[in-house]
Amino acid sequence: MSTLTFHEVSVRYGAHTVLHEVSLEVGAGRTVGLVGESGCGKSTLARAAVGLAPVTSGAILLDGRPVPSRGRRPVQMVFQDPYSSLDPRMTVGDSIAEAMPGRPGRMERQTEIARLLGLVHLDAARAGDLPGQLSGGQRQRVALARALAARPRVILADEITSALDVSVQGAVLNLIRDMRRDLGLSMLFISHNLAVVRYVADHVAVLHAGRIVEHGPTARVLGDPRHDYTRHLLASAHPLKEHT
Amino acid sequence: MRAALRRPVGLAGVVLLVLVLAAAVFGPVVWGDRATAVDTADLLAGPSAEHWIGTDNLGRDLFARVLVAARLSILLALAATAISMVLGFLLGAAPMLAGRRLGRLITAAVNVLVAFPGLLLVLFFAVVFGVGARGAALAVGLAGAPAFARLCHTLIAGISERDYVAAARIAGVGRVRMLLRHVLPNIAEPVIVYATMAAGGVLLTFAGLSFLGLGVQAPDYDWGRLMQDGLNGIYIHPLAALGPGIAVVLAGLAFNLTGEAFASAPRRAHVLPKAGQPAPATAPAAGSVLSADDLRVTIPGPNGPIHAVRGVTFAVGDGEAVGVVGESGSGKSVTALAVAGLLEPPVRVEAAHLVVAGEDLLAPGAHRRLGTALAVVFQDPMTSFNPAHRVGPQLAEVSRFHQGMGRKAAFARAVDRLNAVRIGDPARRARQYPFEFSGGMRQRAMIGMGLMGDPRLIVADEPTTALDVTVQRQVLELLADVRRETGAALLLISHDVSVVTDVCDRVLVMYAGRVVEELPAKDLRTLARHPYTRALVAAVPDMETDLDRPLAVIPGLPVDPVETPAGCAFAPRCPLADDHCRTVAPPLLDGVACHKAGEAP
Repeated sequence: MSTLTFHEVSVRYGAHTVLHEVSLEVGAGRTVGLVGESGCGKSTLARAAVGLAPVTSGAILLDGRPVPSRGRRPVQMVFQDPYSSLDPRMTVGDSIAEAMPGRPGRMERQTEIARLLGLVHLDAARAGDLPGQLSGGQRQRVALARALAARPRVILADEITSALDVSVQGAVLNLIRDMRRDLGLSMLFISHNLAVVRYVADHVAVLHAGRIVEHGPTARVLGDPRHDYTRHLLASAHPLKEHT
Repeated sequence: MRAALRRPVGLAGVVLLVLVLAAAVFGPVVWGDRATAVDTADLLAGPSAEHWIGTDNLGRDLFARVLVAARLSILLALAATAISMVLGFLLGAAPMLAGRRLGRLITAAVNVLVAFPGLLLVLFFAVVFGVGARGAALAVGLAGAPAFARLCHTLIAGISERDYVAAARIAGVGRVRMLLRHVLPNIAEPVIVYATMAAGGVLLTFAGLSFLGLGVQAPDYDWGRLMQDGLNGIYIHPLAALGPGIAVVLAGLAFNLTGEAFASAPRRAHVLPKAGQPAPATAPAAGSVLSADDLRVTIPGPNGPIHAVRGVTFAVGDGEAVGVVGESGSGKSVTALAVAGLLEPPVRVEAAHLVVAGEDLLAPGAHRRLGTALAVVFQDPMTSFNPAHRVGPQLAEVSRFHQGMGRKAAFARAVDRLNAVRIGDPARRARQYPFEFSGGMRQRAMIGMGLMGDPRLIVADEPTTALDVTVQRQVLELLADVRRETGAALLLISHDVSVVTDVCDRVLVMYAGRVVEELPAKDLRTLARHPYTRALVAAVPDMETDLDRPLAVIPGLPVDPVETPAGCAFAPRCPLADDHCRTVAPPLLDGVACHKAGEAP
């Protein structure tokens, strides 16, 4: 269990500033939800933490030390689109094994793959399948297993349920909650869906135009929003009954 | 592979290639002696029964020499292609291997080199490396590298955008391993096709070099060399020069046709089995703007016909809003496309009747006659406008085409309609291009396009799925307002239960190509009787979901639409299912298609 801290992180592409001095802490064993509309910089924040987006100023620290941006990252990321996040020509087992630390022997690797697939509620026999043989929900679980294979201290989940069907979304959300309970993972859970964030996160941060406008415990932020933008988001998430 | 062989071009190419390669492998073994046998009695002879294309200045059989020369010609061509390929791949992968700055420099250099005429490069390198087979192979190989590098660079750039490359990088996979395990396998196919075609060109270049005396030197000989030898007597014995020339043409064709066939191997067209007897036509429901009876849509697929919609009967009353919910593969979008008349052969649409705004959609030309009575809004606002035209004229086109309005009047109407869908400053916006609109604004403009005429039915297929929550709400409100103002009916397709319940009066729940339940929207959350509907509603967390309990999930996977079961399609995932459910498909009775309707799980 570790703490991931974003300290006044700015990301700029040319003249375009995506993130303005964002400060955010993902506490040990906590799930922090990050909400906001598309283009507000949610994904960029996660990508910056694993070295996929260049940090212009500020620091991203893991337990007080900078997150390494080379080699196997102690912070792992799960992507939105399960159809693009697995190599179509690599079996499920190979994809997972690739992220494992050290050089495990054959037997050790097989056992570990089976254990990880079990963690995400997949049959160990799936290890020999290619991603093309799996459904979207199953692929997303494999992506999660791959992230876990690297023995991460923090997981970044970037809109991991938005490409999935609703019945599958429920299963993946349950899995996220189980994993937090059983493995004590620290997680940054990014989503535009407030109901989903409400269900999995204990803290929420609201990102608007590259700035965090509000953050706090989920129940407080969603129950008693203080910033206008949060109220605006909440109003949109509630059904518009007056029209029917 | 098989698809390529099925076409005459592919078959001809592969047969030719096999013959050429066979000549290269066995030529020197079989005809080697004949090709070197000197016959001073028969110098520079013309074609005869014994020497098919004559003899050379030492009386050696030219036909045998052409066959023997195949090996050297092909080997040199393949070697040069291999040099181009390896070098090109390394140069193309430079941004990945050497880091961003050096990579950019190399890419720029490659771009400059690609602009040089290939022949100029070949001659330049041939002079640098010196005359001879090895020099020529290096020259041709190096000269071909920039084109390969450009191709690899483009392909690799496409692959490195993919999330799995990002995931591998985060997992600590090194550059070389990344290239070999993730990039190479995923670009191999197009690169090999290109290489096959390039080999044909290289063969020709080699023949040219040898012909000019820069390539293979005596006593070795390839086809180019033989052509040069035969040139002296071209007016006396033309075949002596033409023979090796024909060999070059055939070998070049073999490579090119094979590559071409693989590059453009068409997806096999799948054919549907013949349609059965059409069901006897029925009359549309009274007072409806849309009426469908026993609608079936079958799509040809690789593993047999896909039964996307399997007998759906429903009607939408005048001014009514009906929602269709279901997960991917339930057939909801295909139903929408069928209703909008947008499905064309080879997709087969059958129904006892399918009538929209009084037009029979099963009759030919119905879509045109329908005119502006039907408006359609699609999911992706990025692709529903032509990016090369301004928004206003695109809207105006509808009125010019369907209502015969003049350019000015149509444009004025477009501005008016943009105003009606609450786009601020519509006169200025109408002169903008689609990319200048945000996603939500584009979706509103799309609805505005539907309002150019006087729609009686709006079919909206996932109109808010690609939009942000805040914008989603605006678009839904707009749809509700438009209905109130124009009295148009709405068929709203969505995977999102809450979107449908917000906007619609009545909801159809689809599963595996059938309607499993039909009920008033306000009852969806509380009074649903089908186990699938209940599970679907329970699986979606909302702002009131109990945080202490796990979310409801639907175990198992949807049925394969190719092999639709005899019984209820939901039975394998249903907690209530028994043997009766698995063998007898429940009909839609009293708004629900379930043998166990209403039973508690």
